[in-house]
Amino acid sequence: MARLVVLGGGVAGHTAATFAADWLGKEHEVVVVTPNSKWNWIPSNIWVGVGGMTKEDVTFDLAPVYEKAGITYKQAKAVSLNPEGNGTTDKSFVTIEYTGQGKAGQSEEVTFDYLINATGPKLNFAATPGLGDANGLGEFTVSVCTADHADHAAHELTKIMDKMRKGERQKILIGTGHGMCTCQGAAFEYIFNVEHEIRKAGLRDMADIQWISNESFMGDFGMGGLHMKVGGYVVSSRIFTESLFAERGVNYITGAHVNKVEKGKVTYELLDGTTGEETFDFSMLIPPFAGVGLKAYNKAGEDITDTVFAPNGFMKVDADYTPKPYAEWKASDWPRTYQNPTFKNMFAAGIAFAPPHIISKPMKSPNGTVINPTPPRTGMPSGIMGKAVAHSVCDLIKKGPSAHLHEASMAEMGAACVASAGKGWLDGQAAAMTVYPVVPDFEKYPGTGRDTDYTFGEIGLAGHWIKHILHYLFIYKAKLKPFWKVIPE
Amino acid sequence: MAVKPEEFNFAKSDQFHTAMIPGKFARAMRTCKIWQFIRFVIINLKMIIVVSKSH
Ligand SMILES: Cc1cc2nc3c(=O)[nH]c(=O)nc-3n(C[C@H](O)[C@H](O)[C@H](O)COP(=O)(O)OP(=O)(O)OC[C@H]3O[C@@H](n4cnc5c(N)ncnc54)[C@H](O)[C@@H]3O)c2cc1C
Repeated sequence: MARLVVLGGGVAGHTAATFAADWLGKEHEVVVVTPNSKWNWIPSNIWVGVGGMTKEDVTFDLAPVYEKAGITYKQAKAVSLNPEGNGTTDKSFVTIEYTGQGKAGQSEEVTFDYLINATGPKLNFAATPGLGDANGLGEFTVSVCTADHADHAAHELTKIMDKMRKGERQKILIGTGHGMCTCQGAAFEYIFNVEHEIRKAGLRDMADIQWISNESFMGDFGMGGLHMKVGGYVVSSRIFTESLFAERGVNYITGAHVNKVEKGKVTYELLDGTTGEETFDFSMLIPPFAGVGLKAYNKAGEDITDTVFAPNGFMKVDADYTPKPYAEWKASDWPRTYQNPTFKNMFAAGIAFAPPHIISKPMKSPNGTVINPTPPRTGMPSGIMGKAVAHSVCDLIKKGPSAHLHEASMAEMGAACVASAGKGWLDGQAAAMTVYPVVPDFEKYPGTGRDTDYTFGEIGLAGHWIKHILHYLFIYKAKLKPFWKVIPE
Repeated sequence: MAVKPEEFNFAKSDQFHTAMIPGKFARAMRTCKIWQFIRFVIINLKMIIVVSKSH
């Protein structure tokens, strides 16, 4: 009997674990180690953050689902990896620390034959003074990154809307809280949902809404922007995005590294080296992401974290990490199998893998401050990676070590993304977009790096219907209800 | 003559002045149920193609 341990029960980990359990059957064991007792459909946190959904609408208990799937569930966080074992055992193991199941604080060593690291991001609020600290979100801004954060954001939003009703003009600042953030899409969704709710409440005249982002241009989204076919033209996402902001009267600051947050105020540096300040009554700033800080040790107990993980804490996989200038970046730098190059029984999927480099053009201010988005790894690619890696592990277990590994390169896969711009079955809107491929391949598509036949975007009510239906569909799938396997990632 | 709603924001900032802002018809089509139902079908088909090319 072989044991697969999956670290993280998010999009990538849950997909990997549930498919692996199904493919491996009872002959082998699948263990999930994840610190939360609930699964969260993160994209709908945006609607929780404006009071359009509750925390309960976007989460469900993991334990009964894992029991049904025959998965061993440990509500714990992984702390360190010993891929070669230690002085007393040759078996690979992961050290975990329980966060629930009546064993909070207890440690355990869980041995594994194969491991999938799908621990997602650490929300690195501590990177910007005032945005938060090692314990998480600070007191001056809100966040929508977790269901709890979003619930708190909705309460704070209600407070400023009450002030508007009393005739107090309010300033809203939404965007990224550091020069090296990713996930601009989530902030983009939130600013438009906030605007939509304020407009619906008849309070739009009482709010000044401001966007601040580390993207060097509007619509970069950490992917270097994209070109799509709209109305017979091939149009840059910059034009599309600027239009959405102008239409809604939302001002924007781009190329900004927020370097300090205080009560009601942020200070920032721009790509041209100048600095500025922005005040606010309500602010949602996305934190930068880092790896969750797993350590790794060799058999002798020496720290080999640098061998297994990149400096940003994400796990090294089969990418080409050779440092090279932007002009020499290639689609083939991106990983295909997500296998760790040193320890072949370990894989990473979703946000947890270390990208070879960013996708957007690297940028620095004259003061040397790096201000560029880091690569997004959205839901669909994370799910596809999780499934591909699970497939590889199952084949390795069933067919032996020479089994073919499954591939899911972000330079060969597309992503469908629906960005909400306001909730409502009759008056909601969302930008429905596809990009193909996620990482541009200028050798294959010399013009824009992407296939414009499969890269498109449009905004409207239909987009909202799709986003809302996907909410139910993905929660249905994650609960492993009948026919869950036919729903694509 | 009163300013048309779609032209109101142009004057608000230099950023908006050079942007593309949808007019009344384009905005109405975005929430027109019949048109959006047609778009719903088309967008879904396009997404299914991209999803199937990615698996
Ligand atoms: C507000 C918001 C809105 C978004 N909207 C969209 C959208 O509309 N469309 C889209 O495609 N993407 C969206 N995304 C991105 C999407 O959520 C991510 O791409 C996706 O969740 C990444 O999956 P993952 O499995 O890598 O990480 P996660 O889903 O974050 O899962 C990581 C898991 O690992 C667990 N974990 C953490 N530390 C440890 C540890 N030490 N040991 C074990 N487990 C650990 C976590 O608790 C979590 O369960 C959004 C993100 C945010 C924040």
